Amino acid sequence: MSTSLMNPSEAPSTVPPPRKTRRLPGWAVGMIGVAGAVILLSTTSYLTGVPQLTSTGTIQTAVRLALPILLAGLGGLWAERAGVVNIGLEGMMIMGTWGAAWAGYQWGPWAALLSAAVFGALGGLLHAIATVTFGVNHIVSGVAINLLGAGLTKYLSTLIFFPLSNNPRESPSVPKFDTYSASGLSEWLGELEAQQRVGLSDVAGILRGLVTGVSPLTMIAVALVIGSYLVLWRTRFGLRLRSCGENPVAAESLGVNVYLYKYIGVIGSGALAGMGGAALVLNPGQPGYLEGQTNGRGFIGLAAMIFGNWRPGGLLGGAALFGYADGLQLRSGGKTFLALIYGAVLLLAVIVIWQLVRRRWFAAAGGVVAAVALYAVYYSVDEVPSELTTYAPHLVTLIVLAVASQRLRMPAADGVVYRRG
Amino acid sequence: MGILRGKLLPPALAILFSALLCGVALVVSGANPAKAFGAMVSQVGEGTTAVDIVNSTGTYYIAALAVAIGFQMNLFNIGVEGQYRVAAVVAAVFGGSFALPPGLHALAIIVVAALVGAAWAAIPAILKVTRGVNEVISTIMMNGLALGLAAYLIREDVFGELRGNNIRTPEIHESGWVPGISFGASGTVFGLVFLAAALGIGYWVMMNRTRFGFELKASGESATAAAAGGVSAKKMVLIAMLLSGGIAGLVSMPEILGRDHTYNLNFPAGIGFSGIAIALLGRNHPGGIAFGALLWAFLDKSGLALDNVGVPREIVTIMQGAIVLSVVVAYEVVRRFELAAEQRRVGKELGTVAA
Amino acid sequence: MSTSTPAATPAVVLSGITKRFPGVVANSDVHLTVRAGEVHALCGENGAGKSTLMKILYGMQQPDEGTIEVDGKAVRFRTPADAIKAGIGMVHQHFMLADNLTVQENVVLGAESLHGIGGKARKVIQGLAKSTGLTVDPGVLVERLGVADRQRVEILKVLYRGAKVIILDEPTAVLVPQEVDELFTTLRGMQEQGFTFLFISHKLDEVRAIADSVTVIRRGTTVGTADPKTVSSRQLAEMMVGSELPSPETRESTVTDRVVLSVENLGLVAEEGTRPVLDGIDLVVRSGEVVGIAGVEGNGQTELVETIMGMRKAHHGRVLLGDRDLTRLGTLARREAGIGYVPEDRHRQGLLLTQPLWANRILGYQTRTPVSKGQWLDLAGAKKDTQRIVDEFDVRTPGIDVPAAALSGGNQQKLVVGRELSGDPVLLIASHPTRGVDVGAQALIWDEIKRARAAGLAVLLISADLDELIGLSDTIKVMLRGRLVADADPSTVTPEDLGSAMTGAGATSPAVEAVPGAEVEGE
Repeated sequence: MSTSLMNPSEAPSTVPPPRKTRRLPGWAVGMIGVAGAVILLSTTSYLTGVPQLTSTGTIQTAVRLALPILLAGLGGLWAERAGVVNIGLEGMMIMGTWGAAWAGYQWGPWAALLSAAVFGALGGLLHAIATVTFGVNHIVSGVAINLLGAGLTKYLSTLIFFPLSNNPRESPSVPKFDTYSASGLSEWLGELEAQQRVGLSDVAGILRGLVTGVSPLTMIAVALVIGSYLVLWRTRFGLRLRSCGENPVAAESLGVNVYLYKYIGVIGSGALAGMGGAALVLNPGQPGYLEGQTNGRGFIGLAAMIFGNWRPGGLLGGAALFGYADGLQLRSGGKTFLALIYGAVLLLAVIVIWQLVRRRWFAAAGGVVAAVALYAVYYSVDEVPSELTTYAPHLVTLIVLAVASQRLRMPAADGVVYRRG
Repeated sequence: MGILRGKLLPPALAILFSALLCGVALVVSGANPAKAFGAMVSQVGEGTTAVDIVNSTGTYYIAALAVAIGFQMNLFNIGVEGQYRVAAVVAAVFGGSFALPPGLHALAIIVVAALVGAAWAAIPAILKVTRGVNEVISTIMMNGLALGLAAYLIREDVFGELRGNNIRTPEIHESGWVPGISFGASGTVFGLVFLAAALGIGYWVMMNRTRFGFELKASGESATAAAAGGVSAKKMVLIAMLLSGGIAGLVSMPEILGRDHTYNLNFPAGIGFSGIAIALLGRNHPGGIAFGALLWAFLDKSGLALDNVGVPREIVTIMQGAIVLSVVVAYEVVRRFELAAEQRRVGKELGTVAA
Repeated sequence: MSTSTPAATPAVVLSGITKRFPGVVANSDVHLTVRAGEVHALCGENGAGKSTLMKILYGMQQPDEGTIEVDGKAVRFRTPADAIKAGIGMVHQHFMLADNLTVQENVVLGAESLHGIGGKARKVIQGLAKSTGLTVDPGVLVERLGVADRQRVEILKVLYRGAKVIILDEPTAVLVPQEVDELFTTLRGMQEQGFTFLFISHKLDEVRAIADSVTVIRRGTTVGTADPKTVSSRQLAEMMVGSELPSPETRESTVTDRVVLSVENLGLVAEEGTRPVLDGIDLVVRSGEVVGIAGVEGNGQTELVETIMGMRKAHHGRVLLGDRDLTRLGTLARREAGIGYVPEDRHRQGLLLTQPLWANRILGYQTRTPVSKGQWLDLAGAKKDTQRIVDEFDVRTPGIDVPAAALSGGNQQKLVVGRELSGDPVLLIASHPTRGVDVGAQALIWDEIKRARAAGLAVLLISADLDELIGLSDTIKVMLRGRLVADADPSTVTPEDLGSAMTGAGATSPAVEAVPGAEVEGE
């Protein structure tokens, strides 16, 4: 829902478009992206002398913080691929946090996860009834569900948690998942990391962060990303669901029950957002449910999905980036975060060189200006105020939209109210 | 008759349905709905509640007007939330940094607030017209950034000062205050509540009697027809967004200039989202919005009485959410019904109904 | 042409079909019998109820009365899936394809259970393509395909589902004549293989070229069935219209020397690095002259009009109205300069459908009397002038306060034409002014254009209806791939000559003269 809406009169020409050149397959882009990110981080870490950038602890925190964003983003993906814009993710996530805490303190983390999914799915069901059956504008319904989700959880926690925790804004503490580590591998990587060798230790630190203290939730989330890709792009069910987001009229004419698939997409979306809420409650750093705990993460999930161009792999990248920025701030504070700005300068330098090679002088000049400005910030400031770092994902999303919105490709009928017949 | 049915029936049904829903929720949780409702109504006469409702109505009304201007052309300014926050903090810092003659000072603060709100809205507006970025996502992101910016600006080492365990901007000098109408022990109605009323009248005139209002409505009805009719979509997006942001900037002025005289950590959140709900309930009509704002304010302020009868007052938030959702559904259902009825009626009058 | 033997059981029999919508009866007591293995044409004017009937046969709508038989068995179709199961497939006029999915995905969608969605399905599609000559690469995204290829995908879709009876809804509307010929060749080949076609059209020459029998539908009911080999086009047309055909012919020339619109070397590039959509357009329209633009849809006519109106920004070139350079002005300023504009799609561009008629009178004129005074609207003036249009242009409406959506297509169009002729325009740009309107409205609109022309109005007319173009225009220009490639003299040219010029086949008659230097590079 981020592209489109150009001046309508300049909308698609009636003359068929020419063929475009073929691009690299998605997995190749992903691998290059990961490699590029690692190289960038280790270079930055080396040049700024901030080893925390790639330390195990940072990565572990990043993973924990990326999970809610990732799950919410996956929720967004399911709804929008079925053609329903879901800015109610935030409300469904809030319902998920309450559901997780309510079932979690009584029956443990697995029940918490299940209950969160059910509560989120209820929110999704409501969104589906409003948008699919009654044809209400998707944004309007999403806003209403955010209001309703917040109100419902406040009411329920006053009613149910208050007598137990003596605080209407907090649940009793919720038991967490046991975590698992690939112990041999983890120790060996730990030794490598401790040697402080350029590049190698950085890679070791990142890998160790990924294989140490892994919660089942992390594994489930990764499985859900892969599973979403397989289901949506490799099965007939997925083809039908995506066709509802691209051209529901055509789908209906071919015997696809568009309403049904939209319902499935949106309810699934709610369940995933709810699980995102559970990931917050089950984060080892949190006691349980807290009012205001989601703090806009549903929206950031949506942003991660847009960042990822409505694809699971890209969305994983977006969630990783946002989780990483969050984790770095939380773990090592504003000074370390400043190193990221240095990293951004390096990244811009690479982009400028690339634009120069492609003879795009205007883009290159823009890159130079941005790089100089960022470097000035890096040079003149001691640390980035925590008030601002919290909202780094918002800024990154705005920049991505501003720079790349023409390249993003959302489902063609996303957000369009569809009526049968 | 027909018009009344189309315009008044849906909100009435929605409120009734939501009240029923909440009543059932209350019964399930072991409370007496009649008692709860009675407590809310009688609360209006207690203490400062009536005045609080009026004041709160004014604030909600401004927020909903800001949203409604965008809605008229299908422009979703979800960013009222951020716009009024940034405007409030900047205006408070501005107003607190020096003194001007009375009246002029307050006016300057109000103008600054409107300009800052418009400037904050200008970013998504410019992104939309130059880069085609959808305003829903960009304004949501701007809301996050507004929270960050406001928190940063009131840091002690920036513009803030510590008072007790609250951080706030320096207090605005008395020359910048806007006096209210005092009702003694029943409280004081903010002077700027009248600003809200004036904005409502201005909005009605603009929408119904001016070329700009017509172009705004035409753009919302059909962007393509508006373009063919010589309405520049980009210009409309820009103006509507700036106007919406400017009005959003005024949302917290009644409170800041009438009571608080400073921006502090207790600054109310969520008025922008309530504004969206109220604009939907009032169908972008100035009268409808006034009713919606009053209802919201009543639920908010009288809801405090619920704690006295052992009902969590958050039930009113559920009621508000349920009202929005059911009112949009109700409008949609009635719209479909009326469209079919209208076609039938015209068909009958022209005698083309053969069967 | 075909060797269809009268089979014992017809492929499809519709009897007594009636379908009512709020306010209208789309079909009443329709009877249609389609023999197996024939190409059966269904003819009728726009709005005669052809599409509704086909939607009923394809299960998209349910009839209020009447029965459907397929291969002698009575059936009830609740959804298209039921129709597909019975071997009926439909190729919609507006293609039902998802641009962002591949050809293969589009074909297998909804029929995944047949051969999955992987390699096996791919083989089946390639096999079908080979046997019918509908070649297209299954792996390519549909957004990369041209119109004819998209139509092939649509036909492949119904074949993949095992359709034996194929409904083609105005399949030639979007094709150039060569593509039409290719399509007809394909259809005949498939007919040999035993497929039955229901061919919906209002182009009588095409119907006579391909059909084995033809049924005419008028005002929602079937008028009769005829053999296209024995009936003349004129007879068919009169069956469709129910009376003598109206003629758009203009009598005498009113062309003056005064140049009203001149377009100089106009160019438009949709996307950097691609072929221009408009290229070196030079055009002059004089006072009292109607200049017609002929061309197959999608050759830049829409873009030409929207660039002249300022809705698209020209890449280079100039647009002048009289002596005044409009090139840098916006749409509103161009309208104020004296251009009236009847857009090609009245629902999307001409009207605010939920607004009352008088509000629609304001649209495009919001800065001028009698509907506004400066920044303020003049509601009383707008209502009064709307009533004048309703009276003068015979807009059938219960009043000027009803929403525009409540009017029929013809009455909506009369309102639009009336509005665009009321601002004292010096130039009228009319895109498909009579598309999808009833015969009465068509005649009225033609008369109004003629009257305005006689009073000195310059008219730029774009139409897909070649008879309308030839009948109304003083000069015809042919547009192909964004360029004006030929001039034609409407007093001598035939639709066939125009058609061949429109496809780039070159001048086949002295009435069509190629524009020097406008040869189109071969592709």
